[in-house]
Amino acid sequence: MEQDSVRIFIMGKGYEVPKSLTIMKAMEHAGYRFVRGCGCRGGFCGACGTVYRMPDDYRLMVGLACQTVVEDGMYLTQIPVFPANKATYDVEKLRPGLSDMVKLYPELTRCLGCNTCTKACPQDLDVMNYMAAAMRGDIAKAADMSFDCLMCGLCAARCPAETVQYNIAILARRIYARHVAPRAKHLASRVDEVSDGAFDQALDEVTKLTRAELETLYNERDIEPE
Amino acid sequence: MSYTPKMNELIQVVEASRQRRYAERHARLSPEEKQQLLEAFHPDYRPDTMRPIKVGVSKGSVMPHELVDVLESRSRLDPDRFSSGKIDYDVDVLVIGGGGAGSSAALMAHEAGANVLLVTKLRLGDANTMMAQGGIQAADKANDSPVLHYLDVMGGGGFANKPELVEALVHDAPLVIKWLEDLGCMFDKEQDGTMVTQHGGGTCRKRMHAARDYSGAEIMRTLRDEVRNREIPVLEFSPAVELLSDGEGTCTGAVLMNLETEEFFVVRAKTIVVSTGGFGRLHIDDFPTTNHYGATADGLVMAYRLGGRLVFLDATQFHPTGAAYPEQIVGLLITEKVRGLGAQLVNVYGEQFVYPLETRDAVSSAIIRECLEREKGIVTETGQHGVWLDSPMIEHIHGEGTILRSLPAMYRQYERFGIDMRKTPIIVFPTLHYQNGGVDIKNDTSVTTVDNLFVAGETSGGVHGRNRLMGNSLLDVVVFGRRAGVAAAEKARHVSPGILSLAHVKRYHKELEDSGLAKDKPSPMLLPSYARHQHVPGADPAV
Repeated sequence: MEQDSVRIFIMGKGYEVPKSLTIMKAMEHAGYRFVRGCGCRGGFCGACGTVYRMPDDYRLMVGLACQTVVEDGMYLTQIPVFPANKATYDVEKLRPGLSDMVKLYPELTRCLGCNTCTKACPQDLDVMNYMAAAMRGDIAKAADMSFDCLMCGLCAARCPAETVQYNIAILARRIYARHVAPRAKHLASRVDEVSDGAFDQALDEVTKLTRAELETLYNERDIEPE
Repeated sequence: MSYTPKMNELIQVVEASRQRRYAERHARLSPEEKQQLLEAFHPDYRPDTMRPIKVGVSKGSVMPHELVDVLESRSRLDPDRFSSGKIDYDVDVLVIGGGGAGSSAALMAHEAGANVLLVTKLRLGDANTMMAQGGIQAADKANDSPVLHYLDVMGGGGFANKPELVEALVHDAPLVIKWLEDLGCMFDKEQDGTMVTQHGGGTCRKRMHAARDYSGAEIMRTLRDEVRNREIPVLEFSPAVELLSDGEGTCTGAVLMNLETEEFFVVRAKTIVVSTGGFGRLHIDDFPTTNHYGATADGLVMAYRLGGRLVFLDATQFHPTGAAYPEQIVGLLITEKVRGLGAQLVNVYGEQFVYPLETRDAVSSAIIRECLEREKGIVTETGQHGVWLDSPMIEHIHGEGTILRSLPAMYRQYERFGIDMRKTPIIVFPTLHYQNGGVDIKNDTSVTTVDNLFVAGETSGGVHGRNRLMGNSLLDVVVFGRRAGVAAAEKARHVSPGILSLAHVKRYHKELEDSGLAKDKPSPMLLPSYARHQHVPGADPAV
């Protein structure tokens, strides 16, 4: 084996790959062409959840294939889709607090507090504690703590209580943003102005300017200080 | 991973100059200086990156080689063997593409009472929308107005933008922010509910709304959740590979391919919305890209065969700050918000060389000049050029904790590779970010040259002229996605299902043959090929 390469096992088959690669690039180096299990390639979409194990370690590890660097002896498989339960709702009719959460996801209360979800999170979120906040009906805290969730599904895949943490989290965030966070008053009044046609004439005029006139206006516009 | 000893030495120069630079403000470019800079260093101005297309409605237009290659290719389907005998899906509105524009279109068309089908190549939400970090512009503060927003968009676009599209963009901007707020999208707010807004490159007012640095992800996951709540039918891993027509320039449906079984399906629709995103994964001029895996210009290829006119495709946006180190993340986006918060661009001598919030084309050109002409950049072990982006300046200005609070995704991206961007600067170089041009549309997103076909989002052209400003693409996808949904549903009310044919493809093939262009490799490409031994950017057949 070359010094700069490592041996990894993709769904049981061994391949030698350069050691600085991410799991995603290593799989492509090995000749795989992704249909599933690959999305944004930048750690934002959660398409490439991967489960792996290292030699002489009984534990299952998880990570995003596009963000995790290969290590010698890594034995891996992808979980590109997880058949998770998703409640449907009209967000406008929901109310903050525990009761709507439990109505939509009764399994929420089955949480055993085992912390497996937190260990499984490739974003290092404190999943168990945002679930605890959701179980107390503390929507603001659940929304805030879960904000960086990519919905990759690894938490749900490992949960012994069979809850779907990431779907509960987005429900909390939508309830929070719709019903708990104060509304933006300046936005509402601007929407009223736009709807009343307050800018229609000015916009109509500006669309009819020549390029030279526009350039003058542009170069002379004042810029709000930073 | 972290930095090499040589890089650590260079970092000391950046650190030593930080206090001096804290008080220093680099001069802005005059309009003349900016023009000279662009002409000398921007890839759009280099004659070797493009050629005129030889066939189709925009014949003679100059576009990047990689795009012309896929446009001058044959269909995956044989028009002589196609039969429309079996219709697999029969709907009012077919939405092709499951990103921000497609999801917004599906929601609005559904709300208008249409029978909607959304089809997408990967998963619902696998799109550049998901990756947009910086924010979304809207003139909703008292000191701002849609007219000022209009001026910024036009100035950023080189005054070449299509006025009716810019007018629609800035007019609807506050409306879509409200729509998203109502849907439960978690924007950054003050205690009293006031939106937190920042400057972006080329803005005259602080009108950039954000959701930490997951702005696009927060918008996309909210829209996706809502599409699922409304139980709108969605077919994933089922890209459209061709549009269908009545043979006379009216779109009547599409042929889909199941990516896994490679079966084809026929959809008949009264109106069709194409929102398949841009061409980043064609790797124009061999640049790395920030774009997601599926950004292979499928919509451009299909719409062009049916007679959709293409505009502004000679203007490609290179984001000034792509990661240039470490190797694993080369090309990934370093959001403009990093500069918005005060990080400066610095050469190896600890000097600023450009005002950090010039328009993206100008900043990109300045970085290329600093590296390639002035040779004052860093060259990594793999030969990648770059300059410093002095991220610790952010905490120097705004206090400790700002980066974790405002840029958690960015921090995490570097922390994974042993680099703490709160303490050390990062290395950046321009990366292929956005397709400024696309299919020519009217302000209701209807295609100017094809009936019953609507195009929204990055696939369309004209909104941003020759250069898009930060925060106007998330805005674009939601504004024009919504308009597409409304217009397609309304039009569908007055349309009867048409005949389904590939006559336009047959004509296109004939034109290719007459021009000596009958290529073996079919398009749309659908997915790039990065598997070893196959990597030929822009020239590989898919699946």
